[in-house]
Amino acid sequence: MVPPRLPVLLQLSFTVSSSELPATAERGPEDRAAFRTGLSVALAVSAYGISFGALSVAAGLDVWQTCVLSLLMFSGGSQFALIGVIASGGVAAGPAAIAASALLGSRNGLYAIRMAPIIGPGFFRRLAAGWLTIDESTAVATAQPTIRSQRIGFWVTGVGIFVGWNIMTLVGALIGDLLGDVRQYGLDAAAAAAFLGLRWPRLKELQPVIVAIAAAVVATVLTPALPPGLPILAAALVAVVVGAFNWWGKRA
Amino acid sequence: MTLWNIILLASIIGVALKLAGYLVPQSLLEKPTPARISNLLTVALLAALVGVQTFASDSQVVIDARVPAVMVAAGLFAIRAPFIVVIISAALVAALIRLFFPV
Repeated sequence: MVPPRLPVLLQLSFTVSSSELPATAERGPEDRAAFRTGLSVALAVSAYGISFGALSVAAGLDVWQTCVLSLLMFSGGSQFALIGVIASGGVAAGPAAIAASALLGSRNGLYAIRMAPIIGPGFFRRLAAGWLTIDESTAVATAQPTIRSQRIGFWVTGVGIFVGWNIMTLVGALIGDLLGDVRQYGLDAAAAAAFLGLRWPRLKELQPVIVAIAAAVVATVLTPALPPGLPILAAALVAVVVGAFNWWGKRA
Repeated sequence: MTLWNIILLASIIGVALKLAGYLVPQSLLEKPTPARISNLLTVALLAALVGVQTFASDSQVVIDARVPAVMVAAGLFAIRAPFIVVIISAALVAALIRLFFPV
């Protein structure tokens, strides 16, 4: 089968729907690492689904509405934002709820720009990939060294979270928050640590290191001043400016 | 506006935002500056996410159990401990701090 370090163009002809992947024994070590990382991130994140299901029902949504959000919207930050506004303002706060969820969801569109060359062409593949383009799938994919392991990381994380998140949403909506506050298990710290660990090994050059640190500082400092979602988008401006002028970059 | 209207409209906007990124022409992304910006955007967004997930609580910046947990994780990543070990350690540190020092 495909050796792991073929040139990108060659690999594109060996497409990557998971059914076409070779058996585990034939995968390279970075492919297995991508698979493992994706799976562990999916397990940890899916646990949050139970909180979402329970909180959503508490906010006044029924079980169907709660499940439709996890199936269709499938973006944790946006979903929590939407039910948060509904919980405090009811249906009358609809426009504010939609705006809050769109604000949190807009960064997925920026991830999609980065993911598109990794995913490759094909209408239905891109449609499926679009659905699964979230913080976690993008983070795991871009943390991998080869295009092949990037694809494996993306699909394993995306599909894994989609399945786990939706099952746990239904469980939470039906029988309530069995786990209680997930923070008591340190899951919030684990999420921050996971994103840190996925980013870190890829930060080898000066330019991305400066962008990463500046973006983290900008988003944190702006948190008290801006509505949720905007601080992270504001931090993206750091990337646009540094990238446009190629400050601290390698001269081509 | 009914609750169903809100849910469906917000979901459609959410999906459209995700799909919009895939409509950017690939020929554009092969040029050096757009490729560099797109790459740095992901770096910036995910780094910003680490900052917010470590320090933000609703709309406030707080220092709580997450900070030592993420610092332990950073130390373990620096000595190249396996990913899953680091994640579990971070969760454990935060959980234990909250157990012994409830707010």
